[in-house]
Amino acid sequence: MLKIENLTKRFGGLAAVSNVSVDFEAGKINAIIGPNGAGKSTFFNLVAGAIAPTEGRIQFQGMDITGMACDRIARLGIARTFQSTMLFEESTVLDNLIVGHRLRTQSRLWDVLINSKRLRDEEKKCRARAEDVLDFVGLSHIGHRLTADISQEEKKRVAFALALATDPELVLLDEPAGGINPEETIKLAALIRKMVDHGVTVCLIEHKMDMIMSLAHKIMVLDHGEKIAEGTPDQIKQNPVVIEAYLGSDDDAAA
Amino acid sequence: MGALQKVSGFIMSPAMKMLLILLAVLFPLAAGNEYQIYVMALAFVWAIAVYGMNIVTGLCGQLNLAHGAFFAIGAYTLAILTVDNGWPFWPAFVAAGAMGALLGFLVGVVSLRLKEHHFAIFTLCVGFIIYLLMDKWESLTHGTLGIINIPAPHGFGLVDFTETTPFYYLALVFLVLSVFFASRISHSLLGRTFLAIRISDDLAASLGINLMRNKVLAFVLSTTYAAVAGALYAGMVRFIGPAEADVAHTFDMITYLLVGGIGTLMGPLVGTLVITWLTQSLQSLEEYRMIVFGPLLVLLVIFSPRGVVGSFTAWRARRRAAAREQQARQTASEKVPPQAGASSIKKGAGNHA
Repeated sequence: MLKIENLTKRFGGLAAVSNVSVDFEAGKINAIIGPNGAGKSTFFNLVAGAIAPTEGRIQFQGMDITGMACDRIARLGIARTFQSTMLFEESTVLDNLIVGHRLRTQSRLWDVLINSKRLRDEEKKCRARAEDVLDFVGLSHIGHRLTADISQEEKKRVAFALALATDPELVLLDEPAGGINPEETIKLAALIRKMVDHGVTVCLIEHKMDMIMSLAHKIMVLDHGEKIAEGTPDQIKQNPVVIEAYLGSDDDAAA
Repeated sequence: MGALQKVSGFIMSPAMKMLLILLAVLFPLAAGNEYQIYVMALAFVWAIAVYGMNIVTGLCGQLNLAHGAFFAIGAYTLAILTVDNGWPFWPAFVAAGAMGALLGFLVGVVSLRLKEHHFAIFTLCVGFIIYLLMDKWESLTHGTLGIINIPAPHGFGLVDFTETTPFYYLALVFLVLSVFFASRISHSLLGRTFLAIRISDDLAASLGINLMRNKVLAFVLSTTYAAVAGALYAGMVRFIGPAEADVAHTFDMITYLLVGGIGTLMGPLVGTLVITWLTQSLQSLEEYRMIVFGPLLVLLVIFSPRGVVGSFTAWRARRRAAAREQQARQTASEKVPPQAGASSIKKGAGNHA
């Protein structure tokens, strides 16, 4: 599904991601963990095309997407959420989701000016998709609310829904459970499992270890931009290098 | 409460649009004197330009501080073509709009490589360069003297647009068209695309939106609106100078937008009319009226950052959401709370564009 070879990103002298090679399988939940500043978000930004790698190759479903623009990668089927949820607070939840399917439509300015049939059809399609994904994340009952008025956990779900509206094959979730209480975290984990059950591959960054250990099929551990371990949750738990990285330094105890 | 709901429902209904147009049509009959009609027509012309600004700044989130300069480009294109080159009004008018689009494209392609305040400062400079060109390029623009004797819009022997009232109706027609297209854009997938960019470049790009193409499109739409408004302005006041490109006009338009409601459909019109008539009523204070405006604007930005229209629509959306939830509770009080639905998120691969 996603094959990374020798991926490196240097900002000046600092290697935020250094020579990382990894393979993520389709239909699985893949987690990336590591102390703060380990390069996890940079890794996501590289995969999503938000920044171009210095070296290395990224292959998605057999296609080389290294250095490809972010919007093209999204159209190929990689969606993502961000650490801080970004939504338009002044419009309703459903209105926020309609644009999610825009990348599967063709309408241009001319269609808008004459209100063409193509535009009307595509708008219907986008609205239907928005309703589908809202239902999928279990929020149909608040679709008409202003986004400013919903809870943090609901916003996270809306962000999931927005990513899903793009019809992705792979979804990158950047700290989906950040700022969410334990009870809601469990529900969010159930939602992530449900996404995978419906054929979406998930790749997530998370600090909540109990969530990761029960959820992930495969974990990659980054530290100082380098991959220090990779394996199943059980393997990672017993890996001395990982224990060292997590307990050995003082800036990441909060993880 | 019921009455309040009815009133707010009416304000959002198509009947309200008809009523507004009817009021605008009847305004010259109700106006006390010709001067009031003139002020209103001028406000309409400015409102058209503000609608343009609302597309690039309100919807797409890019603060274009050269907007006033593009207004001046429309005015100068019309004036130079008609006065110095003997073009009839309407072809020159179309050319002015086209010039706004063309220069908008050229400036947009370069300036939109910058983001946020860098973009705003860059366009501020572009606006100033345009002002300097108008002021110094005497062989083309007549320099500080400006251009006089600009013809009024040609009435094809039917109407005389040098008269205030006919021009008022002409401005009204263009305003209605402007609002109509602005409404088409903002309610469409295109408007939603712009709005996604306003939320965040990163988010929009992750949703498969081509940032540059859409930003340039929003920019060109806005400069076209500005140039059309500028050309109408030139045909109305019939004398223009480099002062039209003064950045103060851009800031006036930002004020109209903020007061009316940035990113809303009726905000540009409401803001322009409110400030125009407030300015008129405070004219005796001359430059000191800023003592009134300044604090008012500060209070508005603090307590009502969505402006008049934005605050109203948010208030209404909340009421409707509350009403719907109450209704849902009444009809299905025994049902279990809504569960995550069973709808599939995977659609066939056939619709990948």
